[in-house]
Amino acid sequence: MKTGIKSIIIGVCMAMVAAIPALGEELVLKGSTTVLPIAQKVAEAYMKLHPDIKISLSGGGSSNGIKAILDGTADIGNASRFIKPKEVKLATTKGIYPVPHRIALDCIVPVVHSQNTVTNLTTAQLKEIYLGKIKNWQEVGGKDMKIVVISRDTSSGTFEVWEHLIMNKERVVPSALTVPSNGGLVQAVASTPGAIGYIALGYLNQEVKALSVNSIPGTPETTRNGQYSISRPLFMFTNDWPRGTTADFLNYLLSTKGQTLVEEVGSITVY
Amino acid sequence: MPKQQTSEKIVQRAFMGVALFSITALFLIMLFLVLEGVPIFKEISLKEFVFGLYWYPTSDPADFGIFPLIVASFLVTFLSGVVSIPLGVMTAIYLAEIAPVRTAEIVKPVVELMASMPSVVIGFFGMVVVAPFIQRTFDIPVGLNLFNASLMLAFMSIPTICSISEDAIFSVPQALKEASFALGATHFETIHRVTLPASLSGICTAVILGMSRAIGETMVVLMVAGGAAMLPGSLFDPVRPMPASIAAEMAEAPFGSEHYHALFATGLVLFIFTFVFNLIADYISSRYRQVGEASL
Repeated sequence: MKTGIKSIIIGVCMAMVAAIPALGEELVLKGSTTVLPIAQKVAEAYMKLHPDIKISLSGGGSSNGIKAILDGTADIGNASRFIKPKEVKLATTKGIYPVPHRIALDCIVPVVHSQNTVTNLTTAQLKEIYLGKIKNWQEVGGKDMKIVVISRDTSSGTFEVWEHLIMNKERVVPSALTVPSNGGLVQAVASTPGAIGYIALGYLNQEVKALSVNSIPGTPETTRNGQYSISRPLFMFTNDWPRGTTADFLNYLLSTKGQTLVEEVGSITVY
Repeated sequence: MPKQQTSEKIVQRAFMGVALFSITALFLIMLFLVLEGVPIFKEISLKEFVFGLYWYPTSDPADFGIFPLIVASFLVTFLSGVVSIPLGVMTAIYLAEIAPVRTAEIVKPVVELMASMPSVVIGFFGMVVVAPFIQRTFDIPVGLNLFNASLMLAFMSIPTICSISEDAIFSVPQALKEASFALGATHFETIHRVTLPASLSGICTAVILGMSRAIGETMVVLMVAGGAAMLPGSLFDPVRPMPASIAAEMAEAPFGSEHYHALFATGLVLFIFTFVFNLIADYISSRYRQVGEASL
């Protein structure tokens, strides 16, 4: 009996020793939940290529991602926004040099029912509609029909972009319908003649009609050249220029293969 | 000790263990709910939480008022009751008293099978078929609303109400009905004055169990209620009942944040409601229980 336990302990110890080289390096990514699906997809592919590298991922929001770089608790901090002046100041006092890497782009398009005659709205009109001030399609050049405002749940990344770029800190009218997913929003807009909603570009299909914003249609090209207004770059921050595994991971993410994965999760490639 | 007694003891202990395990697990879940929900009251008062009119959990500054959510939950439950109680109870009366035995034998299992319909299927049906239909028929802007959600919830609770009521009506002693007939009462008079009063406690239990199923139902309201956190002005306004809010937001709420605790507190409020519902059901079924044939 005793020798049995002993041999188990020895076995476990040996297994642990054997596992050490297999663990190899660990790469820690923290931050934005918007970047998380991209990071996850790329990390899976990267770990398949390099079984000796372990990547640990966690969310927590953009601020947490940048904070993790400032604290040194992560190798890469994900953020769906640029670093704020206050954070840069904090970084310099700590002797940290945050470097942004633009890894993907996000583009949100407003969508309406396919029979809606409106084709274009300005950002100001979109804001008024979502504040509940414009209530009828007539007011923006459409048919006499009540506008049904459809929004996303407040915790979604898409809502975050919309709130930031269109609502400008003001609140979406409480009577707005909320839908828990991009797909559900398409479904709701497709079956409601007076509806307006917004989705990530990757979810656009034939069932709904995309509107152009300030006369510019949302496409990967207009997003990349910065003409389309409801878009934003997604970042990964590192402390100083990346070296070693971190650099290799970011290079992989920015390679053609990595960018294909970015496209697969519904974001827009940087080139 | 004789062998039989030993095995008796073992069986007894085993059953006690199983019972204790399930009760403990449920109790721990309840404890967890309380522990995770209470921290929100450090940020806002109970009154602001329960009677606050705005639910903007991720804005800055955030608002955590769940009053529109509570009202929505009550309204969908109440309106679904308006539809499901008469339909469920009348179907039960038909099956137990009026229908030919052959018909009842076929219809009853079918109704009971309907209780096993997955709620996501009902929700999907409501979203894809009923919503456009309501929207066209009543010429209203949107079909995902209070009315649609109540209708779908009614479909879900009818089988529960019907099958439990039917059991209650069916178990009314034959002697009571025969006595009524002997006094010259018609079939309808017997149902109305004798059978129904005698089975009232069972019917009440059925109704309340059906209603507590409706108030806790998540998938249906998430899919067809529309999800607007406001006090509805009409039957055709979109609403956001409590379970829908929790289900939609929990996945994205940062762990340990105010939003996270607010969702648990919402769950706690919901739990209190269903708990009270079940207490009432329990009270009614014991208070008005038909004891023998003399208490009528």
